[in-house]
Amino acid sequence: MNVPRPRLGVFKFASCDGCQLSILDCEDEILAVADRVEIAYFLEATRRPLEGGFDVSLVEGSISSPEQIDQIKDVRERSKFIVAIGACANGGGIQGLRNFISIEESIAAVYANPSYVKTLEKSRPIADFITVDLELQGCPINKYQLLNVIAQMLVGAKPRVPDHAVCLDCKRRNIVCVVVSQGKACMGPVTSTGCEALCPAHDRGCFACYGPSHQPNTAALASRFESIGVPSDQIRRFFHAFYSTSQEFVAEGLRHV
Amino acid sequence: MTMTTMQSTSTADRTVRRAVLPDDDPFLPRPAFVTEIRGETPGIATYRIEFADPDRAAQYEYEPGQFNMLWMPGIGEVPISIASARDEGPGILHTIRATGRVTNAMAKLKPGSPIGMRGPYGRGWPLKQAEGRDVLVVSGGLGLAPLRPVVLALLANRDRYGKVVLMHGARTPKDLLYDYEYESWGKHGIETLITVDRGDVAWRGRVGVVPVLFNRISIDPVRTLMMTCGPEVLMRFAVAEAVAREIPEGWIYYSLERNMHCAIGLCGHCQLGPDFVCKDGPVFDHSQTARFFSREHF
Amino acid sequence: MNSSAGIAPTGETVVIEKPVLGAIIDRLWRDGYTVVGPTLAESAIVIDQVRAIDDLPIGWTDEQEAGMYRLRRREDRAYFGYAVGPHSWKQYLFPPKTTLYSIEFHADAMTVKPNVDPVPSYAFLGVRSCDLHAIEIQDRVFLHGPYVDRHYQARREKALIIAVHCAVAASTCFCASMGTGPRSVRGFDLALTELEGEFLVEIATPRGAAICDGIPSRAATGYELGAAARIVDKTRDSMKRSLNTNGLPDLLYQNLEHPRWDQVAERCLSCTNCTMVCPTCFCHALEDVPALDGASSEKIRQWDSCFNPDHAHMAGGNNRPDIRSRYRQWLTHKLASWVDQYGVSGCVGCGRCVTWCPVGIDITEEAAAIRGDQQ
Repeated sequence: MNVPRPRLGVFKFASCDGCQLSILDCEDEILAVADRVEIAYFLEATRRPLEGGFDVSLVEGSISSPEQIDQIKDVRERSKFIVAIGACANGGGIQGLRNFISIEESIAAVYANPSYVKTLEKSRPIADFITVDLELQGCPINKYQLLNVIAQMLVGAKPRVPDHAVCLDCKRRNIVCVVVSQGKACMGPVTSTGCEALCPAHDRGCFACYGPSHQPNTAALASRFESIGVPSDQIRRFFHAFYSTSQEFVAEGLRHV
Repeated sequence: MTMTTMQSTSTADRTVRRAVLPDDDPFLPRPAFVTEIRGETPGIATYRIEFADPDRAAQYEYEPGQFNMLWMPGIGEVPISIASARDEGPGILHTIRATGRVTNAMAKLKPGSPIGMRGPYGRGWPLKQAEGRDVLVVSGGLGLAPLRPVVLALLANRDRYGKVVLMHGARTPKDLLYDYEYESWGKHGIETLITVDRGDVAWRGRVGVVPVLFNRISIDPVRTLMMTCGPEVLMRFAVAEAVAREIPEGWIYYSLERNMHCAIGLCGHCQLGPDFVCKDGPVFDHSQTARFFSREHF
Repeated sequence: MNSSAGIAPTGETVVIEKPVLGAIIDRLWRDGYTVVGPTLAESAIVIDQVRAIDDLPIGWTDEQEAGMYRLRRREDRAYFGYAVGPHSWKQYLFPPKTTLYSIEFHADAMTVKPNVDPVPSYAFLGVRSCDLHAIEIQDRVFLHGPYVDRHYQARREKALIIAVHCAVAASTCFCASMGTGPRSVRGFDLALTELEGEFLVEIATPRGAAICDGIPSRAATGYELGAAARIVDKTRDSMKRSLNTNGLPDLLYQNLEHPRWDQVAERCLSCTNCTMVCPTCFCHALEDVPALDGASSEKIRQWDSCFNPDHAHMAGGNNRPDIRSRYRQWLTHKLASWVDQYGVSGCVGCGRCVTWCPVGIDITEEAAAIRGDQQ
């Protein structure tokens, strides 16, 4: 099967580069497929200029400034398949915390000389501006999930990732539920899979960095949090931390002030 | 008439690599090849698939209405009903719509491509029970695929059955599956009523949904057996029409679709109440399934 | 003590000093078994490898309620003074993740390679009556249908089972009402009753007898047999929950539109925990996991759940698109259609789904609520 090597681009918007580091962390595996994938644009790793089109583009970060809107539209035009990677690209990310207060307030709080700051009012996900073909969640993304997506594409499948609750992974890994056995607050029941239950495996509750699972019953979980004594403002933070663009999470958080 | 395209390879020049498999692990697919692809309607094609192992091909027996699991290695398996009669050359025909992850990948296959296959599975159509009776075949869209071997079997033994009527519908004339065969079916003793939801400039036939066709025919409920397959909403209406015309529930048969992962009644995905659609179906009689058949979200 | 060193015949009940259980564990390991049984994890009694009696949670117990589990110290040094925990033996007979086969494929051919990894011989130590019934139910699913699951069969045939008659019931236990306990009546090689300083050992099979060969023991006295029976009776009497199974399948089938389904859907997280901890739930997903070389792949199966939104997914859409329909599927399958499919209820009354539901939904309460309107 001598198909031409797919051209891969990696793009960054408002983000911490953590997801790109997850890609770099795939070094060994990526080297193994160097003859099957051409990494044509990846500023974090190489200094090649942006030119031509891409079969697959991995896009990290949220859209946070006016010029990023034009840039992401350019990436869309160049790309056959776009994977938005990480909590920023898909849910606004940590910087989306500013979405809950006025932009003047947050600029004044952060910058000494705010007149130079050109920013959008909210930190918004990529899918607000262009069509995204696949969302890979997480802060940061799981490198094995990314490699699985690449492997799926290499065998000619339209890649997919599951979006069931983290609990299923906990149980598949024989991890003892921290909510039931220790009364800890855990967002696992309403959070999308992808991390392989990383936090519960280390005996702590999930804090929802992979965003909402399919049809999250946030009200039922929040009510459970209340009954185990989680303070209201902490419940709000659980729901607002990473995915400020998820309607379910935002609405649930606003019920706890 | 639908334009058909044919591609094919001879079986002789293929590399046949027999896998060493314990014969009794029911999860294991068998290596096979796509040997012919025929474009049918937009998005739908018929694939002839032959086992790589001639012994397995020789042992393979099936009934109309049964299905195979077709496997795209590295991508996944899908249940596909058998669309061919026994005397249609080597291998088995499968008519497939490119609609999901696996079937979209299948749409890129070429004659000669390897593929995995296991089967046949499930309970087929009641051809034996239908003998001596009038037979009503009701289908919509791709639902004609599992009923095609029924039509061909009825034709092959036409004298064993009473009146035979096929009522089939599709969205548009371009979506009429196997339309190149209707004329011949009609000529050989099957009353063939075709309808489309929306006609086009060239269409001179009926326009309307399939259940309306029940008004076009006379049914003797005491001696009629119905077999239907198509979108679930069509089957619900067809069953309602049949029940309204007093065909007994036990003589109303349909083929159901559910999420079949394993096809062998182990994985649990395709349950409908007490039944596993993969092994207790996919063909059910209405007396068996009536209370769950039209239950929403069950 | 009249110790004997001969092979005790099948059907006999003998008495061993408690520490002698350690000798049995040693024997099992020497004979090539991987001994798994209750052991202390950080926050629960789980099932894991047991190399010596010190690995057992001696002197520990559990406190369980709907949605709540806590480890507690006992005042004595009982070996088996607790109820069932989050794990069950299905972890070993039907593991959460199994590679079924692997495949190499090229433009012109493919090779399918069955998974021939050696299967361990497990000795299950401390199996409760509810779980013996659960194993029997999974046998019906995987072994006694038209297709035999070879992966389950390989593990099942090798497994040696040492049961323990329950001396305590958790508040979530309801096996007595399901007719599945607390006395273990079949499905084991050996069964233990924990007395104060000894174990009463019922030897049920030649395989069990062989394990006891040479182990210092003596015949049980009538008094000891009576004491053992009273322990289980006391456990039965202490059971707080119950599930009324009378006419239950028809009751549920007749109430598929009961408003209770909407109410439970408001509380249910659809998180899959109940199905994962259930020792009889058998749903699994088959998935191709391609390698990066684009020319090889593995077929794996993993535990799946009817609460997974993907479970009823088809090309035409999701057949159970909301939590209400998923919970209804679970409960009606477990308590109604299971009986049609396998001749027995899918519930063994172990109470795990009650304890390990993060929001404490109680299957006995839900079934009773639906029955309520009918009476």
